[in-house]
Amino acid sequence: MAKTIDSKIPEGPLAEKWTNYKAHQKLVNPANKRKLDIIIVGSGLAGASAAATLGDLGFKVKCFCIQDSPRRAHSIAAQGGINAAKNYQNDGDSIYRLFYDTIKGGDYRSREANVYRLAEVSNNIIDQCVAQGVPFAREYGGTLANRSFGGAQVSRTFYARGQTGQQLLLGAYSALSRQVKLGNVELFTRCEMLDVVLIKDENGENRARGIIYRDLVTGQIKRCSAHAVVIGTGGYGNAYFLSTNAMGSNGSAAIQCYRKGAWFANPAFAQIHPTCIPVHGDKQSKLTLMSESLRNDGRIWVPKKLEDAKALQAGTLNPNDIPDEDRDFYLERRYPAFGNLVPRDVASRAAKERCDKGYGVNNTGLAVFLDFKYAIQRLGKDVVADKYGNLFDMYQEITDVNPYENPMMIFPAIHYTMGGIWVDYELQTSIKGLFAIGECNFSDHGANRLGASALMQGLADGYFVLPYTIQNYLSDQIQVPRFSTDLPEFKAAEDGVKEQIEKIMNIKGKRSVDSIHKELGHIMWEYVGMGRTKESLETALKKLEEVEKSFWSDLFVPGQADTLNVELEKALRLRDFIEVGKLMAYDGLNREESCGGHFREEYQTPEGEALRQDDKFSYVACWEYQGAGKAPELLKEPLNYEYIKVQTRNYKN
Amino acid sequence: MDKNISFTLKVWRQRGPKEKGQFVSYPMKDIPTDTSFLEMLDILNEQLINKGEEPIVFDHDCREGICGMCSLYINGHAHGPATGATTCQLYMRRFNDGDVITVEPWRSAGFPIIRDLMVDRSAYDKIMQAGGYTSVNTGGVPDANSIPISKEKADLAMDAASCIGCGACVAACKNGSAMLFVSAKVSQLALLPQGQVEAARRAKAMIAKMDELGFGNCTNTRACEAECPKCVSISNIARLNREFICAKLKD
Repeated sequence: MAKTIDSKIPEGPLAEKWTNYKAHQKLVNPANKRKLDIIIVGSGLAGASAAATLGDLGFKVKCFCIQDSPRRAHSIAAQGGINAAKNYQNDGDSIYRLFYDTIKGGDYRSREANVYRLAEVSNNIIDQCVAQGVPFAREYGGTLANRSFGGAQVSRTFYARGQTGQQLLLGAYSALSRQVKLGNVELFTRCEMLDVVLIKDENGENRARGIIYRDLVTGQIKRCSAHAVVIGTGGYGNAYFLSTNAMGSNGSAAIQCYRKGAWFANPAFAQIHPTCIPVHGDKQSKLTLMSESLRNDGRIWVPKKLEDAKALQAGTLNPNDIPDEDRDFYLERRYPAFGNLVPRDVASRAAKERCDKGYGVNNTGLAVFLDFKYAIQRLGKDVVADKYGNLFDMYQEITDVNPYENPMMIFPAIHYTMGGIWVDYELQTSIKGLFAIGECNFSDHGANRLGASALMQGLADGYFVLPYTIQNYLSDQIQVPRFSTDLPEFKAAEDGVKEQIEKIMNIKGKRSVDSIHKELGHIMWEYVGMGRTKESLETALKKLEEVEKSFWSDLFVPGQADTLNVELEKALRLRDFIEVGKLMAYDGLNREESCGGHFREEYQTPEGEALRQDDKFSYVACWEYQGAGKAPELLKEPLNYEYIKVQTRNYKN
Repeated sequence: MDKNISFTLKVWRQRGPKEKGQFVSYPMKDIPTDTSFLEMLDILNEQLINKGEEPIVFDHDCREGICGMCSLYINGHAHGPATGATTCQLYMRRFNDGDVITVEPWRSAGFPIIRDLMVDRSAYDKIMQAGGYTSVNTGGVPDANSIPISKEKADLAMDAASCIGCGACVAACKNGSAMLFVSAKVSQLALLPQGQVEAARRAKAMIAKMDELGFGNCTNTRACEAECPKCVSISNIARLNREFICAKLKD
């Protein structure tokens, strides 16, 4: 009965595992590569870099994206930077230190071997991007510039103004475009995966052999076959409706794989980013992130006196009139060693703690200040404008407040999901031939991701990890001829998709997709948000059942299914967000400890810090689908720390 | 505090690329001015859906001005009246009570309409595929700090690289020229030593592809620069022309 989980960690000392793996893995020769097809779903940093690299290795790649061009993927919105252990600043950085910071930042809930490999290849990423013409910031001497990010005491973050994600994605997109021109990659834009197709091999074991997708312009349902399927479709943060994700970001591809048997790991680990523009009204469609890099120079504070906070909330006091001695720089007070640069989960919880106590600074009481007055005094307005000008402009356009003159107001919001499809060391899911890369897998960030590490992981997976590990799988597939999409497995999957669509179109209720999605978002934020309890998670599960019921009884999707239909696209994604929501609640309920982004209020230290229960929960929680309406089954992958001493995270001293 | 305004929206509705389109007027009541333009369209779409009608189709995604997906022509301006901002960064406080606001798709031979306000910009991908890259494979590249690049050059390259590929320059140009888009990519790579190696080939290939796809020529009216949400400068076009002429002279 008990299933064993083999994460395929290579033997040998930590620092030699990846080298050993590469030295002994199986490869595919150039002539055979041409005979092998790979489907890559998603064209963000992970998807585009994987498609480009597998293309230049000689595989035949089919790359799918829902936008009109691969360049639109939401990786483009990452602002602050990308980490690498180059130690160009001579400030004591090393592969080990980046590895250590990432494990510690993740609150000791990630795999040592994966994270070490990530730190190891981080340096190659910077070299690769520079060769592609990514215009990273530079010093006057012509060398690359760095800045610091949360959870680190060194400057190891490379950046291109406040548009690092954009520049890295455009680099990967350029490389991808080159492979399209060379005929190695075929692009399928405005196409959305709706199911993964599994075919049994001669041993009766399921292997991923293709996908069913919808052409979003014509509404046609189509089939595509390949020797392996890779999903790089990002995270599921939009389950909360309001998040920093793009409007189209969704967790559907991951959920489709989950429904077909791929394990979903640590779904409760969602990152709440401390520096977002606060919510203003009920018409809002998304939340805008203000880059973490702002915490390099901005100081976070709320008033010390409750009456000052009350006056700010009533709009009768100008924050600039509060003298320094009446300001509570609570991060500097609580965490002297890291100050304003504590990791995101810590900063978010600290903001919530102040606001819960009534010290919030805007009309809703759900905001804190991020103040640049001190940086402007120290560096001058021009230097601050040079570093953060575009972010300040963005802030002013949205809020109508000038951040050079008044402190910014910020509040935490859902930003990234550390949980995702379970993968082994080779980035293969629990289904053979199905791989997951980038944010949509669970692997490297544990319970909390450090700033500037998402770009690193996406590109590490796509450029330098998957192109090796997928060959270990494909090497025994060279005798397998290309698959016909006329096989009965494809027909069955397509019929299933069509049936779901017809069912949704025929509900003919009264509520729009967005109205139900907003209801889902409220439940998630309220009961599966920054602070969770047994009761809140149980309530969430009950309420999610009700949301699911209203979805299937009261939804209205106008128009037809066999043509462009944006509401239908959103409805299909919402169906999956409800599933994600339930998974998050199940996982949160099971994990009776606080770690990283998962804060169970029952488990905290007297100072309000997260309290882990290492003896009981030092494992990856893998959830296996048991069918519609049934609770998923839990499998555990134990986390054994051989090289790092597991400690309580300390950012105080 | 923010207030509410009421106004009339005149929106271009067109079922498909070959079908006839028309403006349809929608009265909008009591819209908070701290709503973004796209959130205002969300409100209208919610109202249409509640009446059983099909919503207005428009492209959008990140809603923070970086993905380049949103593409509305508002009151005769690509991305509306604000400078240096995309449609999604436009807020209703820019408009007044009683206004009539006209919303159209990008109109250009290079960008056929798909439905309503959504257009097909795949031509941009094709231009990029013609040469918008450095021909390096993954791996086997030198250390990132091995070639020093002056801060000035790196900053200029970054200015050019900030293009989001939205197509506003084409929509704003009376000739439907994609020169600003092409020049931004050619400039970024020509300014950097990594891109210098194949600069001439790149300029020729991208311009040839642009011409082939039906985009017009540049007559220096500077409308593209004025409407570009990322303020990409037409000095990039001058640099492109220089690269192109040098390449041709060498042939």
